[in-house]
Amino acid sequence: MTDHTDEQAPAAASFWRDPRKRAIVFQVIVLAIVLGLGAYIFHNTLHNLEKRGISTGFAFLHNEAGFGILFSLIPYDETYTFGRTFLVGLLNTLLVSAIGIVLATILGFIVGVARLSHNWIISRLANLYIEIFRNVPLLLQILFWYFAMLPLLPHPRQSLAFEGGIFLNRRGLYLPAPVAEPGFGWVLVTLGLVIAAVVVLRRWAHRRQEATWQIFPVFWTSLALLIGLPLLSYGLLGAPLDWDYPALKGFNFQGGMTVIPELVALAIALAIYTAAYIAEIVRSGIQSVSHGQTEAAYALGLKRGTTLRLVIIPQAMRVIIPQLTSQYLNLTKNSSLAPAIGYPDLVAVFAGTTLNQTGQAVEIIAMTMGVYLTLSLTISAFMNWYNKRMALVER
Amino acid sequence: MSEMMQEKYAPGTHPDWEPPATEVGVIGWMRENLFSNWRNSALTLLGVYLVYLIFVPLIDWAIVNADWAGDTRDACTSGGACWVFVKVRFNQFMYGFYPAEEYWRVNATAVLFALMILWLTVPRIPLKRVAGVLTLFVFPIAAYFLLGGGVFGLSEVETTRWGGLTLTLILAVVGIVAAFPLGIILALGRRSEMPIVRALSVAYIELWRGVPLITVLFMSSVMLPLFLPEGVNFDKLLRALIGIILFQASYIAEVVRGGLQAIPKGQYEAADALGLSYGKKMVLIILPQALKLVIPGIVNTFNELFKDTTLVLIIGLLDLLAIIKAALEDSNWLGYSIEGYVFAGAVFWIFCFGMSRYSRALERKLHTGHKR
Repeated sequence: MTDHTDEQAPAAASFWRDPRKRAIVFQVIVLAIVLGLGAYIFHNTLHNLEKRGISTGFAFLHNEAGFGILFSLIPYDETYTFGRTFLVGLLNTLLVSAIGIVLATILGFIVGVARLSHNWIISRLANLYIEIFRNVPLLLQILFWYFAMLPLLPHPRQSLAFEGGIFLNRRGLYLPAPVAEPGFGWVLVTLGLVIAAVVVLRRWAHRRQEATWQIFPVFWTSLALLIGLPLLSYGLLGAPLDWDYPALKGFNFQGGMTVIPELVALAIALAIYTAAYIAEIVRSGIQSVSHGQTEAAYALGLKRGTTLRLVIIPQAMRVIIPQLTSQYLNLTKNSSLAPAIGYPDLVAVFAGTTLNQTGQAVEIIAMTMGVYLTLSLTISAFMNWYNKRMALVER
Repeated sequence: MSEMMQEKYAPGTHPDWEPPATEVGVIGWMRENLFSNWRNSALTLLGVYLVYLIFVPLIDWAIVNADWAGDTRDACTSGGACWVFVKVRFNQFMYGFYPAEEYWRVNATAVLFALMILWLTVPRIPLKRVAGVLTLFVFPIAAYFLLGGGVFGLSEVETTRWGGLTLTLILAVVGIVAAFPLGIILALGRRSEMPIVRALSVAYIELWRGVPLITVLFMSSVMLPLFLPEGVNFDKLLRALIGIILFQASYIAEVVRGGLQAIPKGQYEAADALGLSYGKKMVLIILPQALKLVIPGIVNTFNELFKDTTLVLIIGLLDLLAIIKAALEDSNWLGYSIEGYVFAGAVFWIFCFGMSRYSRALERKLHTGHKR
């Protein structure tokens, strides 16, 4: 009898004493609150939009934009649609991010390695760079390059001229544009073939080394192939690449490629700011490899360069790459500061001008956020995959 | 030297010689750190050249040739930096358009805040928990009434007149303080065993962390009025603050989650074994340990937020950077952008560098025993 009541006791216990049931009730309440809030916001928004006479939906994307954009990678003028302005902005965002990422990586690795230099002055200078640029807001740096440094550049007539037809003045950076002539395609084909050949060569050399212990000078052979063969084909085909040089006509330069100053200032600021973070990542990555690894490699008789290439860098990269990717993502998100200096990126063109023209706040902000969200979710998915692949397999 | 080497000494009677002059002291240090081999020497020369290239003109411009005295741009004649511009506008940079006779209220708030921070950060002052509660709950209310006025005979100052460094600090401090509880709830939600709660927390955190702050500010300034019933409206500052708080909470949540994960499982199990409820387990056992661990992370987040408050410039609030930018467009002072931005940079740098140093010192203090 007593046994029976004991078994019954938990079941008969008060509803609130059972954690599982309590969890269900709690979750239902939370969900109800969130959904209720969502419905309330949705209702209010619809009501307000109706009141202001703004239609909802994405139909506006097919309307004619009617405004120009300073700089575009694809053909664009006032007659194109709002959908096109979205695309122009997106491409401009990607362009400045790509340039910024390349520059930041180069600068960041140089500063990071300099920070670890045994030379006192070099390491102090690198540290100074990191501490200064990391601790000043990025927006301030962008404004500084654009509003304070750009006016120091000369007017078009007194442009700074560099070797190879490059000119710099306060209207922008002027570069010669390559013009491919018939036959240039073959040079590219050669380059592609050589790259494939180098990959095969590396595999072959690796296998041969595993089998016979004979070392093949892969690096120098690859370099010679990569530079030599395309150059050879370029020469044989009669130099089928022409350059369109910028030239001063009237008040400004004509021809060639023009990089607008907004792009230059934004890319420089993003690169310099992010490079300070990358430098710290590189430093901590290299320092994370325990000194015993270096000593063990030396004990095995590996040379300094080989030790770096085969022992230190692969292990440091495991630490560096995840953080590096998140810095790339940050840089891309930070490129949204473009409206401050009028570079036509996604936020400036779409969430700025297009929003003002159409008033479709909800759709436009959602699309803009959606772009950044997609980017960052894609990258974090990649990161998870990478971390899983590179994770140390212990015991 | 070679003569000394040739002398013979009986075992145990060798006299103690000074180390060679080239191995110790300044020369020894220089030989080791600057000229250890030819590559190092070349780098040193390059470094010295860089220092010469950067710092000589900089010091020349900023100090030697700079103008300090005077009240108008006519005083700037020497060709160096024109600090007169900063001097003339200094009050505006600090207080925005706050009425001059009420500056003491801003100062009092700042002093109060400094005292609270001192209480919280100097290890020797006791009663940290009281200080924490005061800073989190009492100080914001006191500061609001002190700055906004309208009570106790203080004249009312609308938020549109707040600006400059005052506004920057308000945005950053309110942003972090208000986002803190929300961040903790989200972090607990993400670690929860209830699937719906966890999913909602993850969705919230990933959503806000995936978008740039500027789109959040756009959203809060353009869309917030749409979300609310007709007639309800906030001022611009509050809208920006709501955006910042929602955004910042997701970052704090991730930092706190790191701390929660670092607490050994035994602590959770011990709390369960004692029969503590979820709330008691968290408040009494887990959170005190976890939050202590993440203080450096929180300071870093605050540092990032402090820099990010400059973004309110784009939605038209006059924080330190925005007010300097506006002052530079004054036709009386055209052409002094470098001075303006260098000053702004210096102010931000002092705050951010101080905070990053503090967080690093804390990290060193809290992580004992694992260091090489």
